[in-house]
Amino acid sequence: MDLVTEIAILVLGAFVGFEVISKIPNTLHTPLMSATNAIHGIVLLGGLLVIGEVDGAFNKLILVIAIAFGTINVVGGFLVTDRMLEMFSKKPEPKAKADE
Amino acid sequence: MTLATSFFQDDDFIQAMYIVAFTLFILGLRGVTSPKTARRGNVTAAVGMAVAVIATLLIPEVGDYGLIAVGVAIGTAIGVPAARSVQMTQMPQMVALFNGVGGGAVALIAWAEFRKSGGDLPLEEGVPILFAAIIGSISFWGSNIAFGKLQEILPGRPIQLPGQQFVNGALLLIAIACAVAIAAGSEAELLFLVILVAAALLGNMFVLPIGGADMPVVISLLNAFTGLSAAAAGIALDNTALIVGGILVGASGSILTNLMAEAMSRSIPAIVAGGFGGVDLTSGSGEDGRPVRSTDASDAAIQLAYARRVVVTPGYGMAVAQAQHAVREMAAELEKRGVEVVYAIHPVAGRMPGHMNVLLAEADVPYEQLKEMDDINPELPQIDVALVIGANDTVNPEAGMPIIDVQRCGQVIILKRSMSAGFAGIDNPLFYNENTALLFGDAKESVAKVTGEVQEL
Repeated sequence: MDLVTEIAILVLGAFVGFEVISKIPNTLHTPLMSATNAIHGIVLLGGLLVIGEVDGAFNKLILVIAIAFGTINVVGGFLVTDRMLEMFSKKPEPKAKADE
Repeated sequence: MTLATSFFQDDDFIQAMYIVAFTLFILGLRGVTSPKTARRGNVTAAVGMAVAVIATLLIPEVGDYGLIAVGVAIGTAIGVPAARSVQMTQMPQMVALFNGVGGGAVALIAWAEFRKSGGDLPLEEGVPILFAAIIGSISFWGSNIAFGKLQEILPGRPIQLPGQQFVNGALLLIAIACAVAIAAGSEAELLFLVILVAAALLGNMFVLPIGGADMPVVISLLNAFTGLSAAAAGIALDNTALIVGGILVGASGSILTNLMAEAMSRSIPAIVAGGFGGVDLTSGSGEDGRPVRSTDASDAAIQLAYARRVVVTPGYGMAVAQAQHAVREMAAELEKRGVEVVYAIHPVAGRMPGHMNVLLAEADVPYEQLKEMDDINPELPQIDVALVIGANDTVNPEAGMPIIDVQRCGQVIILKRSMSAGFAGIDNPLFYNENTALLFGDAKESVAKVTGEVQEL
């Protein structure tokens, strides 16, 4: 893909990011930070893409660590967010839960 | 069979999967902005991540599945138990840590990509790789320091270093100079290592001088940094999912950082410049000799039981003492006697915005009793008793940020373990007011005692 297309995606993505969350109750700041934190775990993909293309034990080692880091970021991030949000969802009416 | 395989490995198919993935990210993020849909939103984003990972694994050039499995297994083995076992009070540290490993991953991938190319990178790949290396490394080390401060492995107080601004500037210049040298054609890996080390030092130096109370803003800022570095890596690796995922976080992280800084009346440059906002830290300790009025559980119980309206102002101390359930019981007891109880939640109570809401929700405090700072402040003069539980900086008139101004209530009862300064390290003049009484002891025990006394009345 050429650079200009990528930069176009980048700019549009930035505006979507601003718009999607520009209005949010204080209550949800912590869970939102945690959820966005989990999403940047997508760097994991970078590790997956590069590891097959490099040679040498040291390069492989760097990338295994990177993949492990990325996985911690993704898995841990989403789980922690879910734990935080679980506390909100059980709150309102027990009935509401039963319908689901 | 080969037809099916080639279909799934087709670049268009993979790109389509990526589009599905980042659509799910956007829908998920939007979900998290409203309490009703928040949990589903998070799951939606997680599904998006799974789609992105599966799509990537289908790419024909991706190989070495054995090592990938090893990395993922290690990450899962560390991440899952950590996320499961962390206490709600330690959530901010956990986010800092998860953010740090994300930044670390970006820096490592950038390094591997540099080594793969032997240093001979075309400009449109080299520049984002170098950017990713610098920002990723700063984010990794900065987040670790933030973790250390919140976990109290490192002192929470600002650590001022001589000439720190100058050193930071110099470190950034070194990193950029090396990056320019590489971009201009140098192939020396040493230069790349200097970049990583300079950025690592910068990450340390950047967070060390920042006081613990500003840490939420710093974590949010570093979160945005990691997102940006991931987007940069995405450009270098020609991967749309990485670009979109990264920039979404970069953008949302910047907004969150701004919102938090606004809530604390702090400008981001001032925070980054270090120290705690113009407040002279050394002058605070001189006031320790002033007399304070202490009270006991039965007096406090009488004041509370005969009040019409009570505002509970919880802080991190309540969370540390695990007193939230005891507080809810006390509130129930007071309500039986016709006392109206509300909770005043400072935007940064706990250690992150919204942290206290999570803790109180965990203790089954009704959502409608939680009042945000701006809503409760005008009502405070009509409130008879403010019960401050383990909060300090968020009610401190000298904290240099908007506070819950409890001194305007009729009476202020402060539950406190000792006379030590708060997380921000600033002495609190509220303690010495005439209408303030301090109830010393463990927050949970004190609250339980007060509840007992209320029952006896």
